Amino acid sequence: MELRSNVPFGPIQDKWDRHKFDLKLVNPANKRKYDIIVVGTGLAGASAAASLAELGYKVKCFCFQDSPRRAHSIAAQGGINAAKNYQNDGDSVWRLFYDTVKGGDFRSREANVYRLAQISANIIDQCVAQGVPFAREYGGLLANRSFGGAQVSRTFYARGQTGQQLLLGAYQALATQIAGGGVEMHPRTEMLDVVVVDGHARGIVVRDLVTGTVTAHAAHAVVLATGGYANVFYLSTNAKGCNVTATWRAHKRGALFANPCFTQIHPTCIPPSGEYQSKLTLMSESLRNDGRIWVPRQAGDKRAAGDIPVGERDYYLERLYPSFGNLTPRDIASRRAKEAVDEGRGVGELANGVYLEFRDAIERLGRSAIEERYGNLFEMYERITGENPYDVPMRIYPAPHYTMGGLWVDYNLMSTVPGLFVIGEANFSDHGANRLGASALMQGLADGYFVLPYTIGDYLARQPVQPVSSEAAPFRDVEREVRERTARLLAVNGTRSVDALHRELGKVLWDKCGMARNERGLRDALRIIPELRERFWAEVKVTGSGTTLNQALEKAGRLADFLEFAELMCHDALERNESCGAHFREESQTEEGEAMRDDEHFTYVAAWEYTGVGERPRLHREDLNFEHVPLSTRSYK
Amino acid sequence: MIDLVLHIWRQDGPAAKGAFVRYDMKAVNPHMSFLEMLDLLNEQLTERGEEPVAFEHDCREGICGSCGLVIGGVPHGPQARTATCQLHMRHFRTGDEIWIEPWRAAAFPIIRDLVVDRTALDRIIEAGGYISVRTGSPPDANAIPIPKEDADLAFDAASCIGCGACVAACPNASAMLFTAAKISHLGLLPQGQPERYHRAVRMVVHMDEEGFGSCTNHGECEAACPKGISLDFIARLNRDLCKGTLIGAG
Repeated sequence: MELRSNVPFGPIQDKWDRHKFDLKLVNPANKRKYDIIVVGTGLAGASAAASLAELGYKVKCFCFQDSPRRAHSIAAQGGINAAKNYQNDGDSVWRLFYDTVKGGDFRSREANVYRLAQISANIIDQCVAQGVPFAREYGGLLANRSFGGAQVSRTFYARGQTGQQLLLGAYQALATQIAGGGVEMHPRTEMLDVVVVDGHARGIVVRDLVTGTVTAHAAHAVVLATGGYANVFYLSTNAKGCNVTATWRAHKRGALFANPCFTQIHPTCIPPSGEYQSKLTLMSESLRNDGRIWVPRQAGDKRAAGDIPVGERDYYLERLYPSFGNLTPRDIASRRAKEAVDEGRGVGELANGVYLEFRDAIERLGRSAIEERYGNLFEMYERITGENPYDVPMRIYPAPHYTMGGLWVDYNLMSTVPGLFVIGEANFSDHGANRLGASALMQGLADGYFVLPYTIGDYLARQPVQPVSSEAAPFRDVEREVRERTARLLAVNGTRSVDALHRELGKVLWDKCGMARNERGLRDALRIIPELRERFWAEVKVTGSGTTLNQALEKAGRLADFLEFAELMCHDALERNESCGAHFREESQTEEGEAMRDDEHFTYVAAWEYTGVGERPRLHREDLNFEHVPLSTRSYK
Repeated sequence: MIDLVLHIWRQDGPAAKGAFVRYDMKAVNPHMSFLEMLDLLNEQLTERGEEPVAFEHDCREGICGSCGLVIGGVPHGPQARTATCQLHMRHFRTGDEIWIEPWRAAAFPIIRDLVVDRTALDRIIEAGGYISVRTGSPPDANAIPIPKEDADLAFDAASCIGCGACVAACPNASAMLFTAAKISHLGLLPQGQPERYHRAVRMVVHMDEEGFGSCTNHGECEAACPKGISLDFIARLNRDLCKGTLIGAG
């Protein structure tokens, strides 16, 4: 299989404009004759569904939540980047492009990233027009902040709830279209497979989560906007429902999966408080602007934080990275925290965190300034831990947060299955091996509002206008397979709950394919995961039936897919014998313990082809060329 | 560790008859969240071969609005401005008996156990809770300055998570606070002016059609709201509704 990125020729600044001109258009009178399925209603899905319906396409939209407004984009806190240069601090499209390519540690496609930076400014205009209440200055203009270590202030935000406000904007645009009949909305409906007819994606099979009814839906194109797979680790900052099922089933139908081992571990989350922990809560990265991270110098020091004198504390980020200090990028901050805890210097009852202390900032700026900046976060922390961060330092620890990997797509956001488009976190495209803060919201909305609506038209214009029907044999076959799979899950009738088995999988991945990976650990994981998968199919207990709301059944189906996907993740991590971005291979580091990229051998996207459950997947490479941002080593010393 | 007695509403389906079922929970870690305590119960039920309790949840950090249980007669439980998922067991003591019910409102039919159908709230938004703007080339984001006070107040209204606790708390099962929050969010911004009065009339008319009750100023909604949405927004709604009715908007 030849991977064609379909990046247009010409200077990078002109590629997207020229490409938009070259794309075929669908006659306005014909648009209503094309059906498009959009799966997922987060920033990417909701914005795409609304924009496509506005253009006149007939859109069917699906989400597993009870309302499209609840998709997990809602939980994003920090902000959204845009190259507006409102602050006159030297920002530009070029700088945002440069920062994103470099931040991704040179494992993303230059042309895609450049387009993202170009579009970023339109997104802000669009959202403001929708009524998104971004933070403003007293003069009435938009406020910005510097975020995630960026040297310019290009992040737009709405207190600590930027994702919520952006999603409500997209959801309201979607609601307009639902009311106008342009979008047929199917909440509480989970996509369980893609239907491919004559090599083209022509529909999906879904299960109504309330009645259990399995049905097929046909369309001229299918758009997956189904988010990331960080829940493969069981514990992550993702919502409980986030899963890999849609993208994994598409993968099994022929869509290549790219860079699955690129998983971002966010440094500032609240550590687990016990075995029962069900998810991890992120504390905004902005806390690192004023908080100082430290652990005791001595392993096993059980004294309360306040009793440890400054001389016996190790402010390890400030020590190791004097110029960036506590603001080192996410991957480095995470890995160093893990090291400190692994050395026995972890803090808290379970010795599983590091301190993030505000004492010095409170002394310097006063309590009210800190309250103004972080009051809501401190309140949230206290609600969860019962500890008051004004008096005792916060405890934080890294947690899986975002997945840069995803289904491989070309410049048009189309996967290797013609007619199957993938947008937002579900694709692999723009973040390389590491995503910068405030870039996920930007990418989701760029894909949904401003890229897909153009590129999908080019595909549709080449398809016959004939109506599609879900009565054809391939639809019946996939429906039957989905029903059989559900029946199989219910029939195991073992003794273990889905969560118990999921926790086991999570532990294997966290230990062996988490913040640091090595060959031995990955080989162990590749041995353990198939065993665990077998045990799952022998031991899982799914009570109830397939004809009512059955949450255990939903979870079981998702875990079954995670158990297959996990193996792919480890294969990818093993194959990529270099450290880059969030992927740290212990074999590939400098003497000081910094990540060492191997550009000679690994400057490519690893796109994997499915060959069967438990079979070794087949690797395809898309070579990456860096013509505008010269390959260099990130240094934060 | 604490020991509790739970009385949980169990109901097989929309048409089935429901009832409270008693469960004894031993050795609950006070650091657990309320939903983790229910996870634990569900795991125990599963191991015994019984069906787990269905309850809604997703982000578990108080922002998606999925979760919502009436705990001891109070939507989202005893801690103010806290969604169910952020309530922790340290607020309970050994020996406590906790009654756990779904939201109860005619417009929120029960689907199963503690899960209700809240799509009526989506339909209120579809009736007018938006600014009609196409994806395309709107004016530059800084073209219209908006006073910070207005933007902040609009944000306060926009922070509604759509959980429906206001409806569950209201003796009339009114969705007035939910509707008012959206009408205020958009009505406070210059972009929202052209449709302001139409929006107010359409959304309130639709709210009535969905079977929500009327507002009689009890204020229970504000007290139950996990985001602290102010009752003042209802006054704002009434003003826009009144003017909209007078000018024949809708």
